[in-house]
Amino acid sequence: MKSLVFAAFALAGTLMLFSATAPSGYVVGDKADDFSLLNVDGNMVSLSDYKDVKGYIVIFTCNHCPYAQMYEERIIALHNKYKPKGFPVIAINPNSPLIVPEDSYEEMKKRARDMKYPFPYLFDEAQTVYPKFGATRTPHVFIMDTNRVVRYIGAIDDNPELPSMAKNHWVENALESLLRGESPKPEVTLAIGCTVKKKPK
Amino acid sequence: MYPYRSSRLIVLLLCLLAFSKAQAQEFAVYDSLPQLISRIQQAGNSTLVLNFWATWCKPCVEELPCFEELRKQYAEKNVQVLLVSLDFKSQLEKKFIPFLKAQQLKSDVVLFADQDANTWIPYIHEEWDGAIPVTLIIKGKVKAISHGKFEEYADLEKFVLPFIADNSNISLKNLVNCNSGK
Repeated sequence: MKSLVFAAFALAGTLMLFSATAPSGYVVGDKADDFSLLNVDGNMVSLSDYKDVKGYIVIFTCNHCPYAQMYEERIIALHNKYKPKGFPVIAINPNSPLIVPEDSYEEMKKRARDMKYPFPYLFDEAQTVYPKFGATRTPHVFIMDTNRVVRYIGAIDDNPELPSMAKNHWVENALESLLRGESPKPEVTLAIGCTVKKKPK
Repeated sequence: MYPYRSSRLIVLLLCLLAFSKAQAQEFAVYDSLPQLISRIQQAGNSTLVLNFWATWCKPCVEELPCFEELRKQYAEKNVQVLLVSLDFKSQLEKKFIPFLKAQQLKSDVVLFADQDANTWIPYIHEEWDGAIPVTLIIKGKVKAISHGKFEEYADLEKFVLPFIADNSNISLKNLVNCNSGK
């Protein structure tokens, strides 16, 4: 009887653990799974396609969100500065075009062409990749090292509207830390952004 | 960082408004978190429904009519609605004021322009990551959070009801569509 009561309590405890709204997705230190997603050039792209890199700057972003648009040039600049140092940008659109037509694959192709994206712009059409990462908004940055271990999660800098007024360049600082063999400080930052648009059930 | 202080800005706004026909409602511009905190504390014992939105955020704008309806239905139950806009101050005259004029909102509106989001987001709620829309209920020290848009008015009611005393005879109704705002 005693053990039965204990089991009941243990079960209740487990259920409570599961029902608590723990943040889902990767935390700093987790190893990310590889993925294979369709790029705007028609090819599939995986992290394992990259040889001789020191890591990856995965950025969940999209066409329609004004915050994503404000950061677009900064994302291009990040790639141009850090790809030669071993950290390429990989952009992923997590949004369902059923909710936001501007974020369709065709519109992605147009945007990438018009803005001359120097990095792949992938479509998470099945919406299976962004939940694994725990991306909740656009733009949302995940920096991984060469072992696909997540080292930084958060914002690019602290001034969406005026790049020149930013006081903290978090992503650049994180990358410089990693290049020196140190851990980024801070490892997690928060910012305002557009919610990821889930496809209707 | 900004060429003018917000108090002066409000005076300027009121002057501008006095000369325009269709009036936008009054709103305060808060540059820093302590101003928002003090506004939240003013709610006292009321149930404060705090919605973070922006004119550029489509789902936010769509659900505004639901908050307007909530304010109307629950004003007598000591519920206050505060719509906290995260629009940029630089677009105040071009975008924000014309939007308010067109909407004729009855709920209280503030423009919250504190740029240090990494600091104030976790203060608002530890489970919030900055994606909008997001809605909080604050009653004294108790806080609840609902991420994303409410699909139906009844969903918003369901979220608010536990914070209302004497809520046993309230039946949930879909009085307005949370996709109707433009």
